[in-house]
Amino acid sequence: MKRPPCWSRRMARKIMEREDVRSIVESLLFVADGPLTLQRIQEVIEGTSKEEIRSVVMELQNELESNRRGVRLVEVAGGFQMRTAKGNADWVKKFLGGRPARMSRATLETLAIIAYRQPITKAEIEAIRGVDVDGVISTLLERELIRAVARKDVPGRPFLYGTTQQFLELFNLKDLTHLPTLKEMEEITLPEIPGEEIPVESTEEC
Amino acid sequence: MSTRVQLEIFEGPLDLLLHLIKKNEISITDIPIAAITEQYLATLEVMQSLNLDVAGEFLVMAATLVHIKSRMLLPAGDDTTEDDEDGEDPREELIRRLLEYQRFKDAAEQLGQREILARDVFIRSGTPLEEVTVPNLREVSVFELLTALRRVLERLPKDNVHEVTLDKITVREKMTLLLDRLRGSAQVLFESLFSDIKSRMEVVVTFLAMLELVKVRAIRIFQDESGGPIQIEAAAGMDEAPAVLVTADGEEDHGT
Repeated sequence: MKRPPCWSRRMARKIMEREDVRSIVESLLFVADGPLTLQRIQEVIEGTSKEEIRSVVMELQNELESNRRGVRLVEVAGGFQMRTAKGNADWVKKFLGGRPARMSRATLETLAIIAYRQPITKAEIEAIRGVDVDGVISTLLERELIRAVARKDVPGRPFLYGTTQQFLELFNLKDLTHLPTLKEMEEITLPEIPGEEIPVESTEEC
Repeated sequence: MSTRVQLEIFEGPLDLLLHLIKKNEISITDIPIAAITEQYLATLEVMQSLNLDVAGEFLVMAATLVHIKSRMLLPAGDDTTEDDEDGEDPREELIRRLLEYQRFKDAAEQLGQREILARDVFIRSGTPLEEVTVPNLREVSVFELLTALRRVLERLPKDNVHEVTLDKITVREKMTLLLDRLRGSAQVLFESLFSDIKSRMEVVVTFLAMLELVKVRAIRIFQDESGGPIQIEAAAGMDEAPAVLVTADGEEDHGT
């Protein structure tokens, strides 16, 4: 299925040493604009298997980690990305200048609700937080951390919001299943009302 | 107990209640309503005396607390108000909301402790790749959009000034129509969205609907070059949207 134009045939040497593959992978990860998937790397370096790419990436990751290098290879948002070591944050910030990125509690709470309950409408978020979330929602949309994914089939057809790829990248998450687990709803049973549990509309977690 | 109130920034009434519960070292599931109500109202007073804008939500909660307190005073089983279920603890709904909110407060705190991009970790801040490889996709400025809108308006037949149109269409309805149309095709020219429209009002409504959809990132507007034709397409992901569409599952929609 792979397209073999002659120039790329010439590029793919008969025997590609593992060292070579590793070197190329490192270069690709360096120039990549966002998290790079194994699939994409494999497409570029023809004649390699996905397993080979995976093992080379892991090797790179371990090497950067164990040598306490200033750049680390992080699995995030479905791919791999080079990111600075956390311990160097202050120096990098000093170098880059500018204001440190602050996240308000309102932002974090709203994001958490959307992340765990998506797709969810604004009204449903407000029901949980007990306050209006208009402003927060527009900010989150503007920062592309959430997006409208559909409309709910109820009167008014309100938008249903979900998190984006950028959300995963911002919080260093591989995917939504790697969100920290929500505390279980079991803790919510009322001891003083025997045999009765509080109705919970949904305990499912994304 | 004296009601000395330490003022913090509260995210809302639930947040304030959780704060009071924590301060008093009591369990969420067994709130002494009378005492908490008193402290809650005292805090509101302080907020008001400081001329802080006490949002309506805080007052609604105050009323709820007072209502629960009064119901707690009624003998059990003698409760005949229509919104009651038999033997239900009047605090139950409030407790459920508090616990639910607490969960997400905890989750938010955990999120905040992660290695956050541009706070704890950084990525290479190179040239955006789009500029190199995809020069044919630029974002359209609002100015260009407005210019395009003026062109559309100028093209409208001039003699319909006195025409009374009865078919009213709301921005919301138009948004749905637009989305349906855009999902059906790859890209649509800005002008073609207005080609069948005869009334000024409908042009404006369509334009507003378009902006609204851009705002929620349901569609993208772009052009090949500055001054070139403006194209519109449904954002990636909206195609699968109908599959995610949730039907009403008995729960109320709270509107705004």
